[in-house]
Amino acid sequence: MSRTAQLLSVAAFLVAVLVVVPWLIHATGRWDLYYTLTSVALLSIASAGVWLTFYIGRINIGQGAYALMGGYVSAILVVQYGVSFWLTLPIAGIFCACASVLIGLPILRLRGVYFAMITLVLTEVARLLALALPITNGAKGMVSIPLPGGISIFGLTLIPDFATLENVKPAFYYLSVVLMIACYAGLYRLVHSRLGHLCRSLQQNEELASSIGVNIANLRLIAYSISSFLGGIGGAIFVAISQSVYPSSFQVADSINFMLNCFLGGLGYVFGPMLGTLVLYFGWDLLFQTGRFQLLIFSSVLIFLMVVLPNGLLSIRLPGKGKAGQ
Amino acid sequence: MTALLEVRDLTKRFGGLIAVNNVSFSVEDKEILSVIGPNGAGKSTLFKLIASFLRTTSGEVLFRNERISNLAPHTVARKGVVRTFQETTIFRSMTVRENVVIAHHLRSRTNLAGYFFGTAAARTDETEFGRSADEILGFLGLDGIKDELASNLPQGHLRALGIAIGLATGPQILLLDEPFAGMNHDETMRTVELVRGVRDRGVTVLLVEHDMPAVMSISDRIVVLNFGEKIAEGTPAEIQENERVIEAYLGSEDDAVGI
Repeated sequence: MSRTAQLLSVAAFLVAVLVVVPWLIHATGRWDLYYTLTSVALLSIASAGVWLTFYIGRINIGQGAYALMGGYVSAILVVQYGVSFWLTLPIAGIFCACASVLIGLPILRLRGVYFAMITLVLTEVARLLALALPITNGAKGMVSIPLPGGISIFGLTLIPDFATLENVKPAFYYLSVVLMIACYAGLYRLVHSRLGHLCRSLQQNEELASSIGVNIANLRLIAYSISSFLGGIGGAIFVAISQSVYPSSFQVADSINFMLNCFLGGLGYVFGPMLGTLVLYFGWDLLFQTGRFQLLIFSSVLIFLMVVLPNGLLSIRLPGKGKAGQ
Repeated sequence: MTALLEVRDLTKRFGGLIAVNNVSFSVEDKEILSVIGPNGAGKSTLFKLIASFLRTTSGEVLFRNERISNLAPHTVARKGVVRTFQETTIFRSMTVRENVVIAHHLRSRTNLAGYFFGTAAARTDETEFGRSADEILGFLGLDGIKDELASNLPQGHLRALGIAIGLATGPQILLLDEPFAGMNHDETMRTVELVRGVRDRGVTVLLVEHDMPAVMSISDRIVVLNFGEKIAEGTPAEIQENERVIEAYLGSEDDAVGI
């Protein structure tokens, strides 16, 4: 795609998600769609992180652990220490990034199915920790978490207090979508900079990468911590929306979904996880009518898609090179 | 004159097996030194020990009088000791040119954040790497196929690409792992010329090989290994005369034909 076509499609996308979608929702009165689309935006942020670990050649089925961790960090800071939600958001991300460095140091040496298995266990460990630690309030979880407060500088209100809003749904929608846009813009930049090329070199051959002087251990940690940062942010906002967090808020099934989002959208495309999340989330909801056949049909379609489109949905429109959509 | 690279009493044990036993030799600046030996003599192990892809059991490797054994491979590469790989170790789903551009990593003057934000220095680096990659590809005769996907290349070109990747790092000493393996006579002669060209660019070459004619024609000096031990060292002429070498090679041939 040419530069102008690229800019045009980005502009079209921004107008669509920031103007057209809210307008349609107001026009049709389908307010529930706000919640659905907000969830898609947040899940796609967490999936973007998983996608980045795929990009360095690691199958990550542990993003749920970081989403849960981020959710709890934010909730505990807000409830027990009265910290502003807006401050807890980056703290939750950074906390997860730091935790992932400690966890990643030993496990990032593993490859393939071994790494995947450990990360799968990680989600379960996070759930059990949330059950056992005194600060997380165990199985009862944390409820009635206050809504995010406002931010104002010199009397100018940048963000209104969510508790005073008549309808909080659009506010969360805009918050999530703006963060999603920022996240994918950053990811796009990363992948198309030299940093992305280094990640690809890692994905393709770690020994060769180290022979040309790439500090592979370091690079793996950087990618993994960015991934976990995104997981933590996504989790923290989710908790703010539902105003509650339980050990079961994010479980193994969620971790697997994050990974499936990436597969479905396409591992070679930056915007793959975003599309994958949208399709997977809505696909699951649409199949709700089929009742007890929901899971059967859903998984059959997924398997079919993986066989027919091993490079993801975006490969239909953009064959060949690993250029991202938009 | 001190040696560029010095191997001192190097030993590597794998359990009960001694793969490399107390080997010492040195590589002078701007020479082509070959390590040869029958199959299983410990050549590849020695090679990996020098590039620090394996940990030593005892002994050490010095580069410019600085110990490099048991450092991380990328640290050793950063100091200027760079290895190539046998056959198909390349970045398969990148183009030939992308392979060589990425291999300029060590020459970059920007950190990772610099790449991300696309600072002026990062952009200068990119242009410079592209130019240098084109030059290296031209030198190795790969410029006609630079936009091919690396996984589509035939074996001869893969070998050259491996050398191109090695050169792109700006090495002081390049370790070549069996550069002539599986080549016919013509291909071997062409690669011999390439390796000479690499040396003429000011890069010292240490190669591990068992193609005897090629080694004899290219090397300034030769080190011979057998059963993990150094049995001879000298110029090609001296090695050809050396009785222990003849015995080692003939002996192994006897085994091979079952006499």
